[in-house]
Amino acid sequence: MAKIVKKERLSADLVRMVLEAREIAETRKAGQFIVLRINEQGERIPLTIADADAKTGTVTIIFQEVGKSTRLLGSMGQGDDILDLAGPLGKPTHIENFGTAVCVGGGVGVAPMFPITEALKEAGNKVITIIGSRTKDLLILEDEMKAVSDRLLVMTDDGTYGQKGFVTQALEEIIKSGEKVDIVVAIGPVVMMRAVSEVTRPYKIPTVVSLNSIMVDATGMCGGCRVSVGGKSKFACVEGPEFDGHQVDFKELMMRQKTYMKQEHESLECFLNQALKK
Amino acid sequence: MEAKERMQIPRQKMPEQDPKARGKNFDEVPFGYSEETAIREAQRCLKCKKPSCVAGCPVEIDIPGFISLIEGGDFIGAARKIKETNALPAVCGRVCPQEEQCEVKCILAKKGDPVAIGRLERFVADYERNAGKVQVPKIAVSTGKKIAVVGSGPAGLTVAGTLRLLGHDVTVFEALHKTGGVLVYGIPEFRLPKAIVEAEVNYLKEMGVKFVTNYVIGKIRTVDTILSEYDAVFLGTGAGLPLFLGVPGENLNGVYSANEYLTRSNLMKAYLFPKYDTPIVRGKNVAVIGGGNVAMDSARTALRLGADNSYIIYRRSLDEMPARKEEVHHAEEEGIQFHILTNPVAFIGDENNWVREIECQKQELGEPDDSGRRRPVPVKGSEFRIPVDTVVVAIGNSPNPLVPATTPGLDTGRKGNIVANEETGLTSRDGVYAGGDIVTGAATVILAMGAGRKAAQAMHAYVMNGKKE
Ligand SMILES: Cc1cc2nc3c(=O)[nH]c(=O)nc-3n(C[C@H](O)[C@H](O)[C@H](O)COP(=O)(O)OP(=O)(O)OC[C@H]3O[C@@H](n4cnc5c(N)ncnc54)[C@H](O)[C@@H]3O)c2cc1C
Ligand code: SF4
Ligand code: FES
Repeated sequence: MAKIVKKERLSADLVRMVLEAREIAETRKAGQFIVLRINEQGERIPLTIADADAKTGTVTIIFQEVGKSTRLLGSMGQGDDILDLAGPLGKPTHIENFGTAVCVGGGVGVAPMFPITEALKEAGNKVITIIGSRTKDLLILEDEMKAVSDRLLVMTDDGTYGQKGFVTQALEEIIKSGEKVDIVVAIGPVVMMRAVSEVTRPYKIPTVVSLNSIMVDATGMCGGCRVSVGGKSKFACVEGPEFDGHQVDFKELMMRQKTYMKQEHESLECFLNQALKK
Repeated sequence: MEAKERMQIPRQKMPEQDPKARGKNFDEVPFGYSEETAIREAQRCLKCKKPSCVAGCPVEIDIPGFISLIEGGDFIGAARKIKETNALPAVCGRVCPQEEQCEVKCILAKKGDPVAIGRLERFVADYERNAGKVQVPKIAVSTGKKIAVVGSGPAGLTVAGTLRLLGHDVTVFEALHKTGGVLVYGIPEFRLPKAIVEAEVNYLKEMGVKFVTNYVIGKIRTVDTILSEYDAVFLGTGAGLPLFLGVPGENLNGVYSANEYLTRSNLMKAYLFPKYDTPIVRGKNVAVIGGGNVAMDSARTALRLGADNSYIIYRRSLDEMPARKEEVHHAEEEGIQFHILTNPVAFIGDENNWVREIECQKQELGEPDDSGRRRPVPVKGSEFRIPVDTVVVAIGNSPNPLVPATTPGLDTGRKGNIVANEETGLTSRDGVYAGGDIVTGAATVILAMGAGRKAAQAMHAYVMNGKKE
């Protein structure tokens, strides 16, 4: 059981929640995630830890309300209990002083990018951060990211804030400007991570991406999360979630993520109909 | 009653759901004995002086002893007799391969049908539970020793129960949100109702065993940090790592490991979707690869999820199938179609990455291999395709590597299994014991329990007088 200590809405459908989870807060490292189950009927939902505070014994998650489960979660408030919370899961990000690191976060992917950016900065890297979203209202964690970066670039698809364009354009400009980039970490929609990997490939810049494949147990027991990396099958929950972006089969990942599209619609409809009745 | 008279009684049948009807529901298949049939069956037992059946039981239940009590109508007494050596009779009565253990050794099996030991075991355990007569045993005075158990499968539960009884303070750490290991995530409701597993765990809770769920050892804490707080640790983390075939197309949508397919259905109750949130692909043409219990469970689950065709694809012949005979029989009755001597060589998908066909190759049996079974050899030019929309790969599991990988000095074998002494469960680390599938590789419930019992005894000796056994 984990209590919701704080809940706030970052945008129309983005929610930040602070959960009571002392041991997870004490042991988690950048790049790791938790799995939660809202209630007895609930599914196991993996969410990256966006932040944690060992002193108060809390972890922060940021999620977008898309399907039934995330909407139900988003409808819960301070003081409510989440039935199950397990973590920290997955391998932590490999952190060291690489030199110059570019951290790229897109959409809700900025949230999991934050602890990694913070850790890279603490390890002594020169950190250049690029965050982006479709439009101004959907941009999150600008101040937080600024505080842990040497330089922050903001991109919006529609140009309502920062520069107009995709995060990849900003990344390409940095590389072309002659800046010696030693590592790129990218988290966001799969198309974005693929695009980032394509930008860095010709320059042979090591590129780390964090994959959100469909998971069940997240302990390495089911293999549902498998992704093809360098032609080999890997279990994202235990061997990842971070992998070499130049080796990942993004196309397969995107198609696998659509496995339950029909059921997800059905589940959401049921949920919305019930909400209407109430 | 004379032996002759006893031997004239036929083996009593256990009533079951009609095969047609049950293929559409998840309710348990057999209904169990009535009191009358149980007594009748108990009368068949000759109460041998040197009962050979007992030698066939990995935990040496006093079989003629409990059967005599049934014959005399003392069902509660019979249940307690079994519980002297087996804490989970309602589970074992249902899932143990009696036909290879106690029943095959029964003297009556030489000439005819053995005593239905498993059915009787199940009957008394159910009787005791349904009568509300399950008694929490007397716990020995507190020893002040703390024991940690990692994993709540049959091995872990046995260790927990045995050591708690001896007065130790026992905490079980489980990675998932529910306790029971394979009993809750793997074995389906129609073979082992989850309420039974829950009752067994509740019994341990009443005894004072503490359970911590959602707690992955190796992640939130290591075995070493546990050792700094506990006097001894038992590792019963099971064989949770699913194996795949390594053929093309295995990552297509609709291709599952049996672990995932069964976990979605059993643990997450996807068969009740959308009442429960976890989805599962309800395929019309489902192929299950493999010939063990896990394969049978998957094929029968597929049928219940609405498949028109549920196939078992197995590379050897029916005789070599490792699944329990009873389960193969149940599967056949329900209309599962068997493609034996058949090996999948590739999965073929459509443009959206969905599996559509399996390319198979016929096999013939050659010389015996390491396992003593005749090796399947491909027949050239025998390739053919089966149209499918769901595939479940059930070719086995290997030990879960999470704990070994985070415990320095813990010796593992070639397959990643933890090396432990067969008699005591002691590993290469002081105070660290192991048993069940994590040591033997995927085996059986009763073997995991047997290993748990032995380890518990050794752990007791170790924490009480520092004796390393
Ligand atoms: C589908 C299926 C059908 C089967 N049918 C039969 C049958 O009919 N008869 C029979 O006798 N046997 C059967 N078996 C085999 C039997 O279930 C196993 O041999 C038995 O459960 C092994 O028990 P165990 O305690 O060693 O491990 P498990 O039951 O596997 O339990 C291990 C537990 O440890 C937990 N765990 C793992 N890693 C960690 C960690 N790092 N931290 C905390 N917890 C952890 C797991 O989540 C799990 O709950 C079947 C198996 C399957 C999969
Ligand atoms: S061997 Fe058979 S007849 Fe003899 S005691 Fe065992 S069950 Fe009874
Ligand atoms: S989610 Fe089950 S193995 Fe990764």
